[in-house]
This record gives sequence, structure tokens and C-alpha cells, in this order.
Amino acid sequence: MSALPVSLASYIGLSAVMFFVGVAGVVLRRNPLVMLMSIELMFNAANIVFVAFARAWMHNAGHIFAFLVITVAAAEAAIGLAIVVAVFRSAKNVDVDEVALLKG
Amino acid sequence: MIAFWVISIVMVASAVATVTAKKPVYSVVALLLNFAALAALYITLSAEFLAVMQIIVYSGAILMLFLFVIALLSSGVSSFNVGPDRMPKAAIPAALVIAIALGFVVYGLSNASIATPAAPSGSALGPVGSADVFGSVSDFGKALFTTHLLPFEITALILMVAVVGVVLLAGDKTPFVGTRERAREVRREMREAILREGGVQ
Repeated sequence: MSALPVSLASYIGLSAVMFFVGVAGVVLRRNPLVMLMSIELMFNAANIVFVAFARAWMHNAGHIFAFLVITVAAAEAAIGLAIVVAVFRSAKNVDVDEVALLKG
Repeated sequence: MIAFWVISIVMVASAVATVTAKKPVYSVVALLLNFAALAALYITLSAEFLAVMQIIVYSGAILMLFLFVIALLSSGVSSFNVGPDRMPKAAIPAALVIAIALGFVVYGLSNASIATPAAPSGSALGPVGSADVFGSVSDFGKALFTTHLLPFEITALILMVAVVGVVLLAGDKTPFVGTRERAREVRREMREAILREGGVQ
């Protein structure tokens, strides 16, 4: 078991920074496409930690889990974009604050 | 070590560019840079199969899907306007919350001792690109198809649910008719329209 290029804490720190940049994108932006892209950023932040721990422990279960995360991210992007297209078709704009049909 | 810092600077900068870009197309380009840098990071962590997967699935499939949707939504008569962002009102509180959360992470990292288990399961480490080393296709495939077979099957279910959901949400809403019947109908409508107009001038 050879050592990592840098300490494990550096990878976790990078992942945390990327995750919170993604959180800021979801919270602050109003464009649903940019919000979906920020969600992709958060998925990738999780993947960094999975792969870094897999490498640190020399255990490839982390790789498998990162693979599953990529699959879920692909499904999520497809369904999210389909929802954006469906909303745009009926409402002719994609402002997430204007879409309030489900509001009681 | 230098590679890690270069890659992480590129990744953080492109992530910030993704979030702050004015047009969604620029966000996609910045996100593409982020994914490429992430693939390079996977290479440095000797996860070569995941690096290839990252390029193919994320940069090749997901970002192209984003580009198609942006092109589709921008092509109508009214380009999609989303109004101003919530940045001016919420930027300062959001930055505060993010700083506090990052502070917790840094505090936890400086205090925690991250244990390493004693039982490695994968293959031995080796140069990236050679067979049967840790993270290579054979190593990954053996683990995926033996130990983790059930999660792999669940992946297939997830993808099928996604396909059905997309067709249901964004598919054609007109009821299905056989193509021959539909073609006959269209021809009859065209003929009637021509007769109504008084023939072709």
C-alpha cells in the first residue's frame, strides 16, 4: 500500500469546496439548467472522495460506487432536462420562481 | 503533488465559472473543463477506468444533452429569459453559510485522524495503462461482475426508469396511430385542403 500523492485531507477539502460551490449554484441561480449543472458539480464532489478513499485503502469498492453515482447522475440529468423541456413547452419560460402550479 | 494542486485550482476555478456564468452555454464549457480536470485527477489516483468513464459519460453524453436542451430552448421565437438571479439579495448570506460550512470541514479535518484499514481488496498498484493493476478495466470489471453484481443490476433498472420517465415527460403526447393509417389520413387532409382552395393555381 503506497502513499497517496497528497494527504487524504486535501482531497476531502477539494471535494468540500466543489460541493459548496455547487450548493451556491443551486441556491443562488434561477436558471434551471445552471441549477442542474450545479447538481452535477455536487455529484462529482462526492466522486472525488469515493475515488480518493478507494486509492488510499486500495479497495475498489469506491470505484464501483463512483460508477453508480455517475449512472444516477446521468439518469438525473436526463429526467431534469425533460422536466425543463416540458415546463418550457407549457409555460414558455423556464424561471423556476414562476413555475408554481403545485402551490396550494 | 504539483499535479494535484494544478488540477484542484483548475477545478475550483471552473466550478466557480460554471455557477457564475451569464449564459448557460458558457456554464457548459466551464463544466466541460471541470470534468476534464476531474478525469486527470482520477488518473493521478490510478482510477483509469473511471477517468475514461468520466470523459465518455459526462463530457460525451450529459454535457451534450445540456447543449441540446439549451439549443432547443433558445431556438424558439422567444429566447428563454430567466430574469435576474437572486445573487444580489442572497449573495452575502449564502457566502456566510458556505464559509461556516467550510470552516466546519476544515476544523473536522484538522482534528480527525483518518484510519486506514488493513485489508486491501483490489489488485496491486502499477503504472496506469498496464493490465491487472489497481483501477484497470479488468480489476474494475472483476469487482463489478462478482462482488457488486446486485448494484450493477440495479443500475440497469435506474437507467430504464430514467428512459421511461423522459419519454413520459417530454415525449409526443398524440395517441399512437399506425403509420400507414396516419399517412392515408394526412393525404386525405391535403386533398381536401386543395379542393377547398379551388385547386392548385
